[in-house]
Amino acid sequence: MIRFENVTVTYAGAARPALREVDLVLPEGELVLVVGRTGAGKSTLLRAINGLVPHFTGGHLDGRVTVNGLDTRDHPPRDLAHVVGMVGQDPLAGFVTDTVEEELAYGMEQLAVPPQVMRKRVEETLDLLGIAELRARPLRTLSGGQQQRVAIGSVLTMGPRVIVLDEPTSALDPTAAEDALAAITRLVHDLGVTVVVAEHRMERVVQYADRLVLLPGDGVVVSGDPATVLAHSLVVPPVVELGREAGWSPLPLSVRDARRRATALRAELALATPPSASYGEISGDRAHGVATPTPHGAPGAPISRNTVRSVATSSGSSVALAASKVVVRYGDVIAVRGVDLTLEPGTVTALMGRNGSGKSSLLWALQGSGPRQSGSVTVRGQDPGRLPAREARALVGLVPQSAADLLYLETVEAECAAADTESGSSAGTCRALLDRIAPGIDGTRHPRDLSEGQRLSLVLAVQLVAAPEVLMLDEPTRGLDYRAKEELARIVAELAAEGRAVVIATHDVEFVAGAAGRVVVMAEGEIVADGPSAEVIGASPMFAPQVAKVLGPPWLTVAQVRAARGGILQESRP
Amino acid sequence: MTAPARSSLADRWHAYLLPRSLHPGAWWLWALGLAVAASRTTNPWLLGLILAVVCTVVYARRGDAPWALAFRLYVVVGVLVVVLRIAFRIVFGGGAVGHVLFTLPEIPLPDFVTGIRLFGPVTAESLLIGFYDGLRLATMIICIGAANALANPKRLLKSVPSALYDVGSAVVVALSVFPQLAESVGRVRRARRLRGATGKGLGALRGIVVPVLEDALDRSLLLASAMDSRGYGRTAQVTRGARLLAGTCTILGLVGVCVGVYGMLDGTTPRYLGLPLLVAGLLAAVAGFVVTGRQVRRTHYRPDPWLLGETVVACSGVLVGALLYLASTVDGADLNPALSPLHWPEVSLPLLATVLIGALPAVLAPPTPLTAEEIRSAGARHTRSGSAGTTTGSRHETPATVEVGR
Repeated sequence: MIRFENVTVTYAGAARPALREVDLVLPEGELVLVVGRTGAGKSTLLRAINGLVPHFTGGHLDGRVTVNGLDTRDHPPRDLAHVVGMVGQDPLAGFVTDTVEEELAYGMEQLAVPPQVMRKRVEETLDLLGIAELRARPLRTLSGGQQQRVAIGSVLTMGPRVIVLDEPTSALDPTAAEDALAAITRLVHDLGVTVVVAEHRMERVVQYADRLVLLPGDGVVVSGDPATVLAHSLVVPPVVELGREAGWSPLPLSVRDARRRATALRAELALATPPSASYGEISGDRAHGVATPTPHGAPGAPISRNTVRSVATSSGSSVALAASKVVVRYGDVIAVRGVDLTLEPGTVTALMGRNGSGKSSLLWALQGSGPRQSGSVTVRGQDPGRLPAREARALVGLVPQSAADLLYLETVEAECAAADTESGSSAGTCRALLDRIAPGIDGTRHPRDLSEGQRLSLVLAVQLVAAPEVLMLDEPTRGLDYRAKEELARIVAELAAEGRAVVIATHDVEFVAGAAGRVVVMAEGEIVADGPSAEVIGASPMFAPQVAKVLGPPWLTVAQVRAARGGILQESRP
Repeated sequence: MTAPARSSLADRWHAYLLPRSLHPGAWWLWALGLAVAASRTTNPWLLGLILAVVCTVVYARRGDAPWALAFRLYVVVGVLVVVLRIAFRIVFGGGAVGHVLFTLPEIPLPDFVTGIRLFGPVTAESLLIGFYDGLRLATMIICIGAANALANPKRLLKSVPSALYDVGSAVVVALSVFPQLAESVGRVRRARRLRGATGKGLGALRGIVVPVLEDALDRSLLLASAMDSRGYGRTAQVTRGARLLAGTCTILGLVGVCVGVYGMLDGTTPRYLGLPLLVAGLLAAVAGFVVTGRQVRRTHYRPDPWLLGETVVACSGVLVGALLYLASTVDGADLNPALSPLHWPEVSLPLLATVLIGALPAVLAPPTPLTAEEIRSAGARHTRSGSAGTTTGSRHETPATVEVGR
């Protein structure tokens, strides 16, 4: 169906090719998962399938890409529209019309499909993807999962043989991701469409994939059976890592496979000290939170306290932020409904919940920049909502969802210098922070050219210059690959070790399992669960990380399992 | 024989009155007809009647969409026009002859500004001229506002001839950019606060403009690539000559239409600049559209059909315009009441009856689909009573036909 013959893609001005001598055959009717680090060429590979590379993006393509016998050299993307459907990373940005129904019909209008056929296909697609009740809704009012399904539907109506999806679930909460994935697998099973998916959150998709295409990062491509390819991959989902740890072969790809093999491991771990022991006494004594500064799963980089001034308050209070009865409403919509929250210094708290449950509104209200109709917030005896912005950010720092909104200068250095003057710090403070968080970023680069992870680090550094006691991150893991997420977990652990209270709003359960000690779950503007990670997400059907699904609640990450098994070995030796 | 005939007629009547949104072109034709009618007269009775007709129809047949609620804005603009016209007459004096109502102290001007007078005596005639003129302009503006309130502007763009499709889709995309821009400006301004920015001065402006523009640029690139991937711009192979012919026809035709409309509306231009040029321009434009349309291979999803209801609506407006146009060419005494000697404007019954034709859509146009609120309440009522659909022909009977066109 899709054939790459000796394809090399070089962008103008690039030092090395994005893809190098790629030979790849993707047969009809398969679900192909493309994985690799940020910048390894995933998007280039996907966009070469329908000719966007090089027709739209520019650059030079050597070799030949054919889809269904059509050469992309002779057919620009618009002439391949009836063969390849392309769904981009941000569905909203790709919508052309206003309402669901018109969006589904748009592609067919371009292909001059007869009106009766259009009408019928629109109805069928609405039913197939379960979006019939949304048909007249404006696209902007849909939730992320709904938008993703409409985007899939809008290319599906054109009757393509291949559908290409770039990061279809990375912005979605677990439930919405399940919806989108169900739609995708349905395409493969019921319609025989060849589906090519690129996804950082590999753990969500790999179990459905027939083939895995791995881009190790130097422009080459490894393709084959998922289990075989993953055996040698550097980036693997937790369940595969667990399989490697336990020495299972073939490697399990789904939670179900792993659970069936895990009997022996479970028995072995029953003798080991469960990871919750370290949390046990704390969670027993206090209602909220966990004081353990270093989370277990974070790759334990040495914590250097001396490089940065410590922000721990001298007052000795054990509460960094106290909020009570916080209410946020937008007109008739109540986003946050009387929430009480206490944050302790030195802790990492994850804020979870489905899209629209009020997470962002709560963070903005706590920071003081967002609206807050009633309730009180106290940090260091002051209410950030009543202070001018400059003083509020010295109490509570917030990295918003679209972190790039904070950046407006041409170089990293200029941003750092501006950050120093903004918060009245001595010159070089921001750069020092940035070098500690993410060493080796070239100061002359444009912030837009940085990778997602580097840009996040820059914004984080900019916000940390004000030395806030409480730091909040809204959806920081979006667009980060596994390694960038590990890096973020390390940074977060260090910040907590300096005595800050860190709050992370995220959908990424695997990240939460590794980075946060306490989890707060919100639904409809209220807090519905609050406690140590192991208790809250370990037992949750929707939010449980893969390791917890395989081994049961106290175990959240492979690192915990590894440590516990190491302990057993040591005990048995003497 | 009569019974089945009547029932089939009744059936047709019910089918005709099924709630639906009309073709936007019908409402535009209706409104333009009334605007032409208003342009031919300064008689306040007639203008007032046209205004009443327009408002009646708008309130009877508009939906709950945002553009429908903008009608009030047009009314405000209309009132403003009348007030301004009268104010100008007072400030700049105007004709000195006539019945002086009151005298304001005149501001002496240097000699070289002859013919202009500031304040001074205010005559009833000059005030009336201002009022009549202003009312005429205001009525025309409100007619256009009515068209905007009754027809979805985006649907109108969708029903442009396929030759203008590209222009239409560019306009649609541009229209959707504005709410997006407003949204990103709001987002970035909030984000600026997080950096402790005070939000004043040139630096703050830069801090907002740069991220917003970068965002807009990113988005437009994404949109362009998405449109490209979805087949936008697939065209049949066209020869250069055919493209040139089509373009020439279209442009010349549109110029002809513009000049022709001007000639029609302005009574002082020579006759041949009016109707003949308008018709010739229309023909050329249509020819251009047909030639271009042949080159485009594209279909329309659920186009707005043109049925009897559309014809009724369009005809009622066009008829008013045409009849008043004819009346003005025959005898303009009633249409443009003389101001000397000063007397109450008179109006003949036939003219009043003519204008009333324009009110027919308030009754005869198929009703608009239910608003979201009405659907909810109708659904609640149905589930409560359990008996649905007994009131045939009423607006609440067929919620199933509602989902379209909003």
